[in-house]
Amino acid sequence: MKVAITAKGTSLDSEIDPRFGRAPYILIVDTDTLEFEALDNSSNVNAFKGAGIQAATMVSDKGAEVLMTGYCGPNAFVTLEAAGVKVVDDITGKVRDAIKTIKEGKATYATAANKEADW
Amino acid sequence: MIISVASGKGGTGKTTISVNIALALGEGVELLDCDVEEPNAHLFLKPKIERNEKVEVPIPLVDLNKCTFCKKCSDICRFNALAIVGEKVLVFQELCHSCGGCMAVCPEGAITETGRELGFLNFGARDGIGFINGRLRVGEAMSPPLIKQVRAASNSELITIIDAPPGTSCPVIAAMNGADFILMVTEPTPFGLHDLKLAVEAVRLLGIPCGLVVNRADIGDHKVFDYAESENLPVLLTIPFDRRIAEAYSRGKNIVEEFPEWRERFMELFRKIEAIVNERGGVAHA
Repeated sequence: MKVAITAKGTSLDSEIDPRFGRAPYILIVDTDTLEFEALDNSSNVNAFKGAGIQAATMVSDKGAEVLMTGYCGPNAFVTLEAAGVKVVDDITGKVRDAIKTIKEGKATYATAANKEADW
Repeated sequence: MIISVASGKGGTGKTTISVNIALALGEGVELLDCDVEEPNAHLFLKPKIERNEKVEVPIPLVDLNKCTFCKKCSDICRFNALAIVGEKVLVFQELCHSCGGCMAVCPEGAITETGRELGFLNFGARDGIGFINGRLRVGEAMSPPLIKQVRAASNSELITIIDAPPGTSCPVIAAMNGADFILMVTEPTPFGLHDLKLAVEAVRLLGIPCGLVVNRADIGDHKVFDYAESENLPVLLTIPFDRRIAEAYSRGKNIVEEFPEWRERFMELFRKIEAIVNERGGVAHA
């Protein structure tokens, strides 16, 4: 299964970045093989508006089935929902920890955004 | 002639100055309240509101029967108001700045425009003084297009006084752009000076002549006056921190009506502005 995880760096030992739209990197990880691709999200970090929407589109285009992050705003959530990408929020620690959580079936899927929209 | 009354810092007296200039000049003047997020000039001018008009902005409407999900529309949108995921098109109305770019680039002609309500305009008058304000829909964040509509509804034959919103961002620029003169209302406090400097920098970029009214001029310190001198900004009027003025204000009364000697001072303020504008080659507007 392909999982998208927001990170502060480009390795599986990087800290999870709690922000979704404005995280510096989004790692697309294959949970079976642990092969991954680190997407550079820097063009979104300074986006005027709609960083979450853009990041959600990117995650969906990469074929991720689940997004793991700290906070997910309403516009990003709506976009992910439309794309059929499930959201696991409130994630902390390292990318590796998040992968462990989902492989052990301990992840709880969010039913709504857990953050207000940014203005 | 268009005079835009701005400040940087809020609560310095923009509305007080705007309303009193309008009342001092009387007939042939029009007051536009462009502080659409919190309009209050009507509380002091007390115009009779004659009609109102709904204001909408265009947003895209996508015909899914024609759409091929090519993403050209979402690629051109700087504000990410459109998202294509799989065979779904999402439109985030509140992010759309109504540029029409998506409609222009769509190769299938799948995008047309529909309206989104921003707020409304009120039209009224009092004693020959025309009045228009804009009122932004509660929850709406996009005030510049509504401010532009307030200004577009103005009568260019009249002397137009604009009560601008505070700050230095897009709404203020929308209320100052194209004016013949910017009257900055400030107070001699560190906050007043800090925000005045930012606002003056914005006015300099617009290339519009500018002068100051210093309100509550006998509080604080002398730094606003020193700044004005160093920047070559004329101080056109000073208003003291006078309990009688504050009391009148708290009852919704206006300075020129309560204290007749101030009528002439506000007319003199206008004549000084007029002289500066004429010196610069006259008004850009009738």
